[in-house]
Amino acid sequence: MDSLILLFAAMLRISTPILFASLGETLVERAGVLNLGIEGTLLLSAFSGFVAAQFTGSLWLGLVAAVLTGIALSLLMGLLTVTFGLSQHVCGLGITLLASGVALFAFRLIYGGASTPPALETSFVTLDILPGTAFAPLFSQHWLTYISLLCVPLVHWLLYRTAFGLRLRAVGEQPEAADTAGINVYKMRYLALILGGAFMGLAGAFLSLAQLGAFSHGIINGRGWVAIAIVIFGNWLPYRVLAGALLFGGVQALQLRLQAEGVPLPYELLLALPYILTIVAIAFVGRNASYPAALLKPYRRE
Amino acid sequence: MPVLEMRGITKRFGALVANDQITFDIEAGEVHALLGENGAGKSTLMKILYGLYQPDEGEIHVQGQRVSLKSPADAIAQGIGFVSQHFALIPTFTVTENVILGHEKQPILQHAAMRRQVVETAEKLRFNIDPDAIVGHLSVGQQQRVEILKALYRGCRVLILDEPTAVLTPQDTEKLFSILVELQRQGLSVVIITHKLNEVFTISQRVTVLRLGKVVGREQTANTSQTELSQMMVGRQTIPVTRNTDHHSQNEIKLNVQNLTMADRSGAPRLRGLSLNVRAQEIVGVAGVAGNGQSELVSILTGMAQPQSGSAQVSGNVMPFGNPGALSQLKVARIPEDRLKGVIGDLSVADNLMLEQVGQFTRAGHLNRKQIREYAERLIRDFHIKAAPDDPARTLSGGNIQKIILARSLAQNPEVVIAAQPTRGLDIGATEYVHQKLLEQKQRGAAVLLISEDLDEILVLSDRVLVIFEGMIVGEFAANDADIDVLGALMTGASSEKVKTHA
Repeated sequence: MDSLILLFAAMLRISTPILFASLGETLVERAGVLNLGIEGTLLLSAFSGFVAAQFTGSLWLGLVAAVLTGIALSLLMGLLTVTFGLSQHVCGLGITLLASGVALFAFRLIYGGASTPPALETSFVTLDILPGTAFAPLFSQHWLTYISLLCVPLVHWLLYRTAFGLRLRAVGEQPEAADTAGINVYKMRYLALILGGAFMGLAGAFLSLAQLGAFSHGIINGRGWVAIAIVIFGNWLPYRVLAGALLFGGVQALQLRLQAEGVPLPYELLLALPYILTIVAIAFVGRNASYPAALLKPYRRE
Repeated sequence: MPVLEMRGITKRFGALVANDQITFDIEAGEVHALLGENGAGKSTLMKILYGLYQPDEGEIHVQGQRVSLKSPADAIAQGIGFVSQHFALIPTFTVTENVILGHEKQPILQHAAMRRQVVETAEKLRFNIDPDAIVGHLSVGQQQRVEILKALYRGCRVLILDEPTAVLTPQDTEKLFSILVELQRQGLSVVIITHKLNEVFTISQRVTVLRLGKVVGREQTANTSQTELSQMMVGRQTIPVTRNTDHHSQNEIKLNVQNLTMADRSGAPRLRGLSLNVRAQEIVGVAGVAGNGQSELVSILTGMAQPQSGSAQVSGNVMPFGNPGALSQLKVARIPEDRLKGVIGDLSVADNLMLEQVGQFTRAGHLNRKQIREYAERLIRDFHIKAAPDDPARTLSGGNIQKIILARSLAQNPEVVIAAQPTRGLDIGATEYVHQKLLEQKQRGAAVLLISEDLDEILVLSDRVLVIFEGMIVGEFAANDADIDVLGALMTGASSEKVKTHA
């Protein structure tokens, strides 16, 4: 029982950055932009947040720096794909390469060849909601984890209960029709990118400022790509995206536990397990995926 | 005072004058028909009125005030609504969401109130609509009603409809007209763009005729006649197509299709045991609402798709599926649904004309350019194609591209002709030409299968009419005694027994 609760606690912790990232990506893709810059955006956000926190001594300024980094890179994505109408695939991958390069270059400049990853003196603390009960470990999470869970109904509400969400979805489905209805397609896509970028910034910040309190260049480790897959798995629906993020986090937590308990399986196989599961899940669910109809299509008036 | 007035509107696209000093006005509570051939400038004029194009010269006055319409938003603010041929709807949204999109009034959506408003507006126009239905699941006629609701929700006083009946069933057309009458009764004005003369007389009080960008006539509808209007529109007398009504039932069956079944990628059945045959010297028309399996039938018979089961014979020989080359051997001429996919835009007219017979013009792997050119020149002459052999096909008009396709396939004296939507988007002249060519093929002895969404075209050309519904043939008529109401009912899924007892 206790070990099960610990497993679930680990699942929530591991899911947090994935959840932030995939909610952000969901918003952007719902507006018709596939942001493949996500992997690099996560890395540079985690790094800028870490550096800002270390130099100012304020975790909050670090958080702000990470979010602003996410927004800045998304605006660059917007300039290239929304304003200039370039290929979203090419620009997204370009931004990932650029952001990763900048992060690693700056890391070298600032920290040189440090043999152990630099760490913060303090990182974001955990919040105990139910201390003293059997479930205490499950609800002893970073406050960002609680926020990420609250963001799920929030994003759902935004998409389905507000005029903003209606317009955002319209722009991702049929931009010509949205334009005729008097909606500024470009503005909506930029707003979606900004919101999505902020979420990606939070994902990066969670890793470097809360979960690890440190930075290393392997910190993101493909989480951006996983988020892209989870958005497809979740069929662009916030609650199903949550399910996807928890599934990934759960399998990750399980494989860590199996490793710790010395299960007689090669550890490489266990490490690969969450990724294999992601591929399998996508293969089954992705076949019926209902992509936003205008995804990948730059909008131009006739 | 007219509700709306356009004075001296001129619009140029490069050297082409699409609108030349056009005046146009709309009175309150009138239905005004704007009549003309494709390319006469009707759509351009209305796009100017909706703020999609800016006029080079001229003024627009709404309620006596001069206005400048820089965008659809300006036009909407002036009470102008526009329902284009291509609906500006979002298929994955509900009816309500589509209606309010862009004019939500509050940042947080009040779904209950919005739904009620949609239903009430519809009831005022005496039709029902489910406010929660997903628009992509609605019929074309229902989608058009959603567009009308959208315009009214935005407070429109003048509603412009661009060729609204082009893709409607007779029943939907009737329903549309009753809605227009209701709108008119409530004091709204309607402009209906059309090239169908009978519609002008059914629905409008006034008619303005455009030809080559100029107004050539404006009449009270009651004071004019079909002949007068068609002469104004075309600039000459039109020759109605005449089909001979020989008896064909004894002729040899040239195309025999049995029990075709086909499912789409999601597994939904598109063809469900479809059978039909076409005899020599016969045109068989397949009528139906778009999306009932016509495209799939055409894909199979033109060699572009394979059915799950079923068979077909051409003059007694088995037709192999998914093999367009073999179809050329069997002398099956194909006029595809999308003519732009029937030619290769970057290749010359000459190359496109010989595309199905490359072998004949090749020796030891080399193209015989001289022979190709002579062949092309002959076809260009015979089929009145307005182009030189070396022009890239993409530079041609729709009518001339269709002529290339006709020339390429008909020059081989086919046994069977599969003609899918052969006149969609063509002007009257080109349409007449295509009809003439199909009748010639029939006369020559070919079996012609005509698949068209234009019911008038089917009734004019066919000897026999088949009705397709949900992937099956649900009715068959000799063209002479096809009752349009019965046809329409079958096209929308009424079972044939039911229709017969009502008829």
